[in-house]
Amino acid sequence: MRFSGFRVVKEALTGHHGWKPLWRTPAPQASYDYIIVGGGGHGLATAYHLAKVFKGKRIAVLEKGWLGSGNIGRNTTIIRSNYLLPGNEPFYEFSMKLWENMEQEFNFNAMVSQRGILNLIHTDAQRDAYRRRGNAMLLAGADAELLDRDGVRAMYPWLNYDNARFPIKGGLLQRRAGTARHDGVAWGYARGADLLGVDIIQNCEVTGFRIENGRVQGVDTSRGYIGAKKVGVAVAGSSGRVMAMAGMRLPIESHVLQAFVSEGLKPVVDGVITFGAGHFYVSQSDKGGLVFGGDIDGYNSYAQRGNLPVIEEVAEGGLALMPAIGRARLLRAWGGIMDMSMDGSPIIDRTPVDGLYLNAGWCYGGFKATPASGYAFAHLLATDTPHPTAAAYRLDRFNRGYVIDEKGMGAQPNLH
Amino acid sequence: MTRLSGGLIDRGTTLNFTFDGRAMTGHPGDTLASALLANDVRLIGRSFKYHRPRGLVAAGSEEPNAMVELRTGARQEPNTRATMAELFNGLSARSQNRVGSLGFDLLAVNDLMSPFFAAGFYYKTFMWPKAFWEKLYEPMIRRAAGLGSLSMLPDPDSYDKGFLHCDLLVIGGGAAGLAAALTAARAGAQVILADEDFRLGGRLLAESHALNDAPATDWIAQIEAEFASLPNLRVMTRTTVFGAFDHGIYGAVERVGDHLATPGQNVRQTLWRITAKRTVLAAGATERHIPFANNDRPGVMLAGAMRAYANRWAVSPAQSVAIFTNGDDGHRTALDLAAKGVTIAGVIDTRAGARAQGDYPLFAGAVVSDTKGRLGLKRIAVTREGQTQWIEAGALGVAGGWNPNVHLASHHRGRPVWNDDLLAFLPEPGAVPGMVVAGAANGQGSTHAALQSGAQAAIDALAGLGMTAHQPDLPRAEDAPVNQAAFWHVPGKGRAWVDFQNDVTVKDIKLAHQENMRPVEHLKRWTTLGMATDQGKTANVTALAVMAELSGQSIPATGTTIFRPPYTGVSLSVLGAGDTGTHFRPRRLTPTHTWAADQGAVFVEVGQWMRAQYFPRAGETHWRETVDREVLATRAGVGLCDVTTLGKVDVQGADAGEFLNRIYANAMGSLKVGMVRYGLMLREDGHAYDDGTCARLAEDHYVVTTTTAQAGPVYRHMEFARQCLWPDLDVQLISTTDAWAQISVAGPNARKLLERVVDGFDLSNAAFPFMACAELSVCKGLRARLFRISFSGELAYEIAVPARYGNALMARMIALGADLGATPYGTEALGVLRIEKGHAAGNELNGQTTAQMLGMGRMVSTKKDSIGAVMSRREGLTAETRVLVGLQPVDASARVAPGMHLFTEGGAQNTDTDQGWITSACYSPHLGSMIGLGFLANGADRMGEVITAANPLEGQSAALRVVSPHFVDPEGGRLRD
Amino acid sequence: MLIPHPLLGPRDAQEFTYLGDASLLNRPDGLADTAPEAFNDYVYLRDNPAGLHRELWFHEQGDRSWLIVTRNTVTHEILGAELARDVALAAMGGAQ
Repeated sequence: MRFSGFRVVKEALTGHHGWKPLWRTPAPQASYDYIIVGGGGHGLATAYHLAKVFKGKRIAVLEKGWLGSGNIGRNTTIIRSNYLLPGNEPFYEFSMKLWENMEQEFNFNAMVSQRGILNLIHTDAQRDAYRRRGNAMLLAGADAELLDRDGVRAMYPWLNYDNARFPIKGGLLQRRAGTARHDGVAWGYARGADLLGVDIIQNCEVTGFRIENGRVQGVDTSRGYIGAKKVGVAVAGSSGRVMAMAGMRLPIESHVLQAFVSEGLKPVVDGVITFGAGHFYVSQSDKGGLVFGGDIDGYNSYAQRGNLPVIEEVAEGGLALMPAIGRARLLRAWGGIMDMSMDGSPIIDRTPVDGLYLNAGWCYGGFKATPASGYAFAHLLATDTPHPTAAAYRLDRFNRGYVIDEKGMGAQPNLH
Repeated sequence: MTRLSGGLIDRGTTLNFTFDGRAMTGHPGDTLASALLANDVRLIGRSFKYHRPRGLVAAGSEEPNAMVELRTGARQEPNTRATMAELFNGLSARSQNRVGSLGFDLLAVNDLMSPFFAAGFYYKTFMWPKAFWEKLYEPMIRRAAGLGSLSMLPDPDSYDKGFLHCDLLVIGGGAAGLAAALTAARAGAQVILADEDFRLGGRLLAESHALNDAPATDWIAQIEAEFASLPNLRVMTRTTVFGAFDHGIYGAVERVGDHLATPGQNVRQTLWRITAKRTVLAAGATERHIPFANNDRPGVMLAGAMRAYANRWAVSPAQSVAIFTNGDDGHRTALDLAAKGVTIAGVIDTRAGARAQGDYPLFAGAVVSDTKGRLGLKRIAVTREGQTQWIEAGALGVAGGWNPNVHLASHHRGRPVWNDDLLAFLPEPGAVPGMVVAGAANGQGSTHAALQSGAQAAIDALAGLGMTAHQPDLPRAEDAPVNQAAFWHVPGKGRAWVDFQNDVTVKDIKLAHQENMRPVEHLKRWTTLGMATDQGKTANVTALAVMAELSGQSIPATGTTIFRPPYTGVSLSVLGAGDTGTHFRPRRLTPTHTWAADQGAVFVEVGQWMRAQYFPRAGETHWRETVDREVLATRAGVGLCDVTTLGKVDVQGADAGEFLNRIYANAMGSLKVGMVRYGLMLREDGHAYDDGTCARLAEDHYVVTTTTAQAGPVYRHMEFARQCLWPDLDVQLISTTDAWAQISVAGPNARKLLERVVDGFDLSNAAFPFMACAELSVCKGLRARLFRISFSGELAYEIAVPARYGNALMARMIALGADLGATPYGTEALGVLRIEKGHAAGNELNGQTTAQMLGMGRMVSTKKDSIGAVMSRREGLTAETRVLVGLQPVDASARVAPGMHLFTEGGAQNTDTDQGWITSACYSPHLGSMIGLGFLANGADRMGEVITAANPLEGQSAALRVVSPHFVDPEGGRLRD
Repeated sequence: MLIPHPLLGPRDAQEFTYLGDASLLNRPDGLADTAPEAFNDYVYLRDNPAGLHRELWFHEQGDRSWLIVTRNTVTHEILGAELARDVALAAMGGAQ
């Protein structure tokens, strides 16, 4: 069924009886050509691109809970391609271009909204770093603008300009950045993949890999053994646990990141604003909630919940920047498990086990990567060669010394 | 509607307030909600999506509909529940989420369009043409979005934070909570009793039940009197415990001044972090409704709320009311209202065998199937065995059973457990360590059960702490069993609301089921169920039951969504209390701050420090003019700069040299006493971490310096090495950054100036050569340390004295050096001097660079094992060809800026051809042009080559010549004179 | 969170700075032939358990001692804390 305004009108006038399930609920088959472990954003995008672009057949996505139940359904919905390093920027710009055409391609409104992201500048050193970054973005074909204080004030007159501990001195603006409706992305890919014949199997937890002579044969699951020629793992948050079943230790720690939404308010924040000096960022959803966050709690955790100090710190940062939001109320805080990698950058690579592939380590920034991550992982699964924009995301880059360390923090995941 | 009799309001005092500009009155004890009802206001708000007219549903914090913008001006507060706003004289409230008046909201057109706005419709449309989403559709949606509005003015009120510790935290001051607090406090435990209401009693205040045959308020008064006499008990009303965090830590907000017109000298709210050894959760229960067609009209409310309004606030939403119930509880409301003189138009009970408990018309085995009354309920359709009749009623109380408030017990992701007898989810036992749940929150909802279970919970909780508590004499109370029959919604064609605020109807749930959005989280996200400001308190369980019915699963198998903090909305102002504005971070001042301020210095934020950036003089019109003067004065005479902010770590012990050998990439153990060496630290991953100097004051005593930014992290890192890696070494560390004021004295006259300060110390080049250090005294007896080190490239020293003398020393040296050209300089000139000399600083040591890139590859000793040495030899680090070079514009007027990217002249400019970047740049008064430092591929082999620096971000590029990074005195002669 | 400091009793976790897995105590010998591989394991690879985790916390706003805290990463329950220095010394003693 094709979605359209016409269809919505027709169904409205005929009692909505014609709407079909968004996806099937298939039983697992005995074997597949490709199994994608993880029915989150990256796994679903991988399956979609594998079927659509690389014409893969007999594909299954195995999800231990409900599809979209990972970080795709628990994030602050920001999309951007404002990276510095050559290992990253072309990949994220590729992702941005996929975002720009995604909805028409998979016929689902994911509410991609290029409202712009503004990284505020508070020191000369920060301006130096952002100039380097902005130039790197332009050189990679992305867009960037450097604003001075007046330029920022023209966009957001109600920020704290006159009573700030760290006065605003300017900003780096990427207009093509913005937000997307996170669940809509998962559902769009799921529906698109399902229409292309992918079996999305919910409530199916992988409990082990069967590996013979160094090659993966299939996976044991809570719903029985399923054979596979190739297995791609995209289970951010659980990467360490899942890959341990294949005998691997990863350059990843699991950490909790909290994020927050206020009660619904009439629109005030048009785009995305980041306040690096105060560890705070914010946007406003189409429903009116201020969506905001800050740093990870900082300790290893699989609890999917955080603690009070970070809630206070994030509120402090928010008020320091935007004293006018104080009388709004926090509606909900939530926490997700982040695959914090050792250099802050992801992994899309083969593993020492033939036929077993890994997509992991997205830290707290996996949402914006969803389309390109899916595309690049599908490319790798289908062709056994990395997608050109994801070629740096190798597993052996740590051992060989080719880390992609945007923040220059070294091998300490909670600082990235 | 006039007031009913009784109630807990002070009729002797009248309070004036306005709603949408209309003047009204109420009494102390009223909430805005009860006062509005007393003024015959039923229409209070509009729903989120369809802009349906809405009135009160509840009497407590679960209210989904009646939200207002409270107060005016900068104190305007959106989305305030009328049920939680205590009435005060002068209160001003406005309805929200409307275009036009509340009675005639233009966006009510959405309601007519509702067939098009079914669950998930927006995912299916607004995609064509592509550009229209951002240009047309989304702006339209955003304009309609949101509820209340912010003033966008800074919040003028004050807020505070506090920490409390107790043996037992009792959450909820109803029957169970009062019994728990009493039991524990009598046992001598440190107890905190917190309740969100402004009055203790909870549901006891809302019911007509007697305790010991007297009004419940008598018993409450008696308990409160005892509470007042117990110093180990702290009673906190107007305090909402909003989150259960780890290890017995709870977040709570006390609304200190929200019941006043303005907080005056006091704070508006206080955020409490309560650390409790044990907790009794006695948060009560929330009534649920029963969806039926058009069940959202103003006047349709929860029956228990209707009872609360009558008993506590002496108001009824109408003179004639009806009750729709699936159990005995609805009949209570009918009896209580009838006793107050309200006409009961009928009790509609879904149970065929129901019996009237008083003198009112009963419709047993019947349902309410529809309603009329656009802006307020006028009549209801009662359907029994297929026959429908309309009866007049100005209000309808709906009693669908009670849901225990399991939220806080589920904040650690415990999953509530379904109880078939109570038709409710109960808290998962033990889900929050240290927490016991009592009373209605645990399904023990009769007054008797609540009292008993509260006392028992306290006894159990204290037993876990080794304390013995005894059951107090509790009053005799009603103990009626729960008598209800499962009944979740009235089937039918019309729209039946489940989630009022977000306009989620039974049809939406059916559509979600039809479209395979069946897992509870999909249901929530597809329909927006439970995502409104009440987080589904009055909706979620009912929706689960509807979905369970559709899917043929049980309710528990259908599952629950996750309970997350906060329990109710918490203002951002109180969460960030105190640490905002200029107090956002501490402000560290250098020892010479006062002196610098007196000189008219301009200060700049450097991390937490405020440092003097430059010292403008009269007549100087541009900061560059000042900085150029400071630089030239330093190179010509002598300049002084406060460099206290550099980190200092004192390293002592027999193994200090060996310890530093392992910390630094280069050797420090071989350093002679009385000498200083530049030191480079690597991270264990082989990248450059920090640099500084290492001075050996004695065989077993070193002083090392760090950069300003890394002072904290490097000290932590050194303690890690000392305690965790090499605890066998005899070495001790202490950070002395704040203990010593350190002043750089740089320039050809530096020695002459210092000679006027030191107490007979030989500063001659022979006696105190470049890189020497010593402990000495200055200014006739003041203890000091002197280091002959140079960041500027000039003959230079750094002199350290105890921090409290820094200000005086700076003033003394400037005065003594007047004839030598002594000039204070700030961080700008410091930067120019070091760039001219080619010294790396933060922009070069940005965590991504290596010793090799900094031109110090050979400093990394291969003879010893030091932190980072092994990893620095990895392929990716050694294959890196970019090295630090100097860059000088071909055209002396060209701009050189940090962040420009470097390319071969005339070549393509893109990511693949990128050859490096400029790290630092400044105007060099010495050279008369801008200069830069940067990392350039194969830079060492390209001296003299002209390259292109590109800055497309600012539409600019420059031709630069590659030169040595040492623009000034490359041989270093000045340092050694 | 509250961390049971072995010398100071329960302290708010906000006083501490977190580092990571206590395996960071076991720094390999940088002069050994196997150093490159050993350091790759040491610096980059983690067990990252869902369950009990021995981890390093620095009492930065307190007595500046490094602690090894045993904590459950699923429930956040803390089972104990030791001075890292004691643990490191004991490990050295055991190796001799």
